[in-house]
Amino acid sequence: MRDDVLSGGFAEAPVEAARAFRVALEAMARPGTIHTVSGAAAPAPVSVAASVLLLTLCDRETPLYLAPGHDGAAVRDWVAFHIGAPLAGPGEAMFALGGWDALKPLDAYRIGTPDYPDRSVTLIAELPDLEAAGARLTGPGIREAAFLSLPEIDAFRANRALFPLGWDCFLAAGDRIAALPRTTIVEAL
Amino acid sequence: MTETAYNFAYLDEQTKRMIRRAILKGVAIPGYQVPFASREMPMPYGWGTGGVQVTAACLTPADTLKVIDQGADDTTNAVSIRKFFQRTAQVAVTEHTAEASVIQTRHRIPEAPLTEGQILVYQVPIPEPLRFLEPRETETRKMHALEEYGLMHVKLYEDIAHNGEISTAYAYPVKVEGRYVMDPSPIPKFDNPRLESAAIQLFGAGREQRIYAIPPYTQVVSLDFEDYPFEASKADHPCDLCGCGTSYLDEVIVDDDGGRMFVCSDTDFCATRRAEGHRGRLAGEDLAEELA
Ligand SMILES: [Zn+2]
Repeated sequence: MRDDVLSGGFAEAPVEAARAFRVALEAMARPGTIHTVSGAAAPAPVSVAASVLLLTLCDRETPLYLAPGHDGAAVRDWVAFHIGAPLAGPGEAMFALGGWDALKPLDAYRIGTPDYPDRSVTLIAELPDLEAAGARLTGPGIREAAFLSLPEIDAFRANRALFPLGWDCFLAAGDRIAALPRTTIVEAL
Repeated sequence: MTETAYNFAYLDEQTKRMIRRAILKGVAIPGYQVPFASREMPMPYGWGTGGVQVTAACLTPADTLKVIDQGADDTTNAVSIRKFFQRTAQVAVTEHTAEASVIQTRHRIPEAPLTEGQILVYQVPIPEPLRFLEPRETETRKMHALEEYGLMHVKLYEDIAHNGEISTAYAYPVKVEGRYVMDPSPIPKFDNPRLESAAIQLFGAGREQRIYAIPPYTQVVSLDFEDYPFEASKADHPCDLCGCGTSYLDEVIVDDDGGRMFVCSDTDFCATRRAEGHRGRLAGEDLAEELA
């Protein structure tokens, strides 16, 4: 097995996962805030931030979709070795990892049901960069307004219109992470 | 593999991941009750195993934990939970609201305003606000799905017809972000306005296996009527120890002749005020010492 498949997990899983979850929670509870994580490295092209999220949130119980560009032998082996998540198509996935455009079409994912809106996918979208500038965000978790460099506006607006159904999204860029739950109202500036 | 034999914060890693996923979906759908597979905890259900599991999934060794039971840090329940996490998660503990990064509570919101960076974890006995109207889980789930909250309003209005006011004093239902009706756990309705907070609020019901959340700066409206607006009422006294006129009070019997006093239910808030020199009607030093 390749070295990069065997390495790149948490050195001290319980404490590192706990720290990483708190970052994920802060990010999801305060949309638009950007946080830095460390401690995990899946094979390229998976970012540090996405690696940390996978190790923290995914396991045998969470079908994972690897979008084109992220789906390859090394990443598959790393997921199998460190996480054990079964790989799945977008329609069955609880988590989906990929570049923003590679994750599309977004209507292929689970958005929950009226009785169980929580049974929806969480996207982990890899972006080249993440800055507190660009689209204007309002909604739960945001005092007045936040700003975030989103890859686009329309998809998030369409998702917001599905509330309380919809997907939720982590955004990863290198070691930086932010999140947009389905509740966030996104406007172009 | 990433697992170790050592269980940080007591729960195994897979259980914590499951709870963490439920918490994140709860945050993404404010006020909606996310089902989760509650685990046995080394304490009885009445001690708040739902809150304990949520706290366990949130803590890092860098946290400072405060645990309150009806506002008090020194009850058996609060002391036990605090010790449990001191031992299993190596966290620092405090009784001061402002020093805590995670606060687990049973039936109160601290008087001191919470801030960004703080998490308030509620122990919840009955998470379903519609349960007393409809015992069947499949039906209440449908009612939430369809936003069928008319029966809840009828119940509150019947209260007014019978009592001249809404008699619900605890677990007063709220609507979160204009969508889900939510049970805020048996906090006094006096605390309801503070459900709109800068902190992250997480709710754990162990026996009923539900987790729900209110993100910071989320709209939380107590259900009411135009002609009977919601009122965050409390006993019409100042605290007899610290003199505070705006805090939530407990009535305490002080002698065999039925003598009574009113004291802040939030013991840290009251002690802090007394340390700052505030004095109430009965704040003879002896009495204050005795109760401290
Ligand atoms: Zn007082």
